[in-house]
Amino acid sequence: MNPWQRKGSTIVGEMDRQEAAVLRGLVSQIEDMLRGRADEAPEDELAELTGIRTGPSTAPDDPILSRLLPDFHRLDDDAPSKADLDSAAALRSLHEPELLDQKTGVAGVVLQTCPESGGRIRLTLEQAESWLSALNDVRLALGTALDVTEDMPDELPDDDPRGPHLSVYHWLTWMQESLVHALSGDEM
Amino acid sequence: MVDMTAPVDQEQTQVDPTSEILGVEERPWQTVVWNDPVNLMSYVTYVFQKLFGYSRDKATKLMLDVHHKGKAIVSSGSKEKVETDVARLHAAGLWATMQHE
Repeated sequence: MNPWQRKGSTIVGEMDRQEAAVLRGLVSQIEDMLRGRADEAPEDELAELTGIRTGPSTAPDDPILSRLLPDFHRLDDDAPSKADLDSAAALRSLHEPELLDQKTGVAGVVLQTCPESGGRIRLTLEQAESWLSALNDVRLALGTALDVTEDMPDELPDDDPRGPHLSVYHWLTWMQESLVHALSGDEM
Repeated sequence: MVDMTAPVDQEQTQVDPTSEILGVEERPWQTVVWNDPVNLMSYVTYVFQKLFGYSRDKATKLMLDVHHKGKAIVSSGSKEKVETDVARLHAAGLWATMQHE
């Protein structure tokens, strides 16, 4: 893949077929997970009537979803206060539907603008911002699944099953970094 | 049948004016961003500039605090303001929480 470049108000990139397939595959998976979570929202007659949606009040069990949909307070204390637990539950319930919308939305933008066969990609600034958010979500998901740490090596020992997936993670890291710089107007 | 011309006896929901202005009684809230092993330094800096309108220098300083100290307070104010800030940071994929000062 070539680095992203800014040309006026267009962000231009290029990806080969395999790269596009990998990215589209990952983004689709995230989108599916998010939609699955959205389906778990409690059914509420009041919500149907008022149009005010509420989401679940507890964090997802799945570690990837949990990282994508964080709590509003730190609850990993030995004994979080009841006030914090209640507040976190209420805030999650209130805000999660919109957060899910935003994340499925940016995933959708990537799937709409990343050609299946790869090739040149031209994005508006708004679409590029969506890519940035979606790429970050994919990296969060992969990073969680791979249990990455701050000082992750470039390569893992041959017998480490995470190896091939890690190289995808590093590639996406490079792609996101490139996109941040293109959007910031930096020289890379 | 509901008579729309007659005055409706309703409980009025009071909007608490002090929730809009930060009085002595109301402790300010703070937005905390926590370090995590995935988020790029360049991306975190970019998000702080974009969401809060901070200068590149200020955004970089806050990002470095997150990176080196494990966390940073990136904004503060009323509960409503901080709640919105946290929600926007979540949308950007940052690990953010809110706390009383």
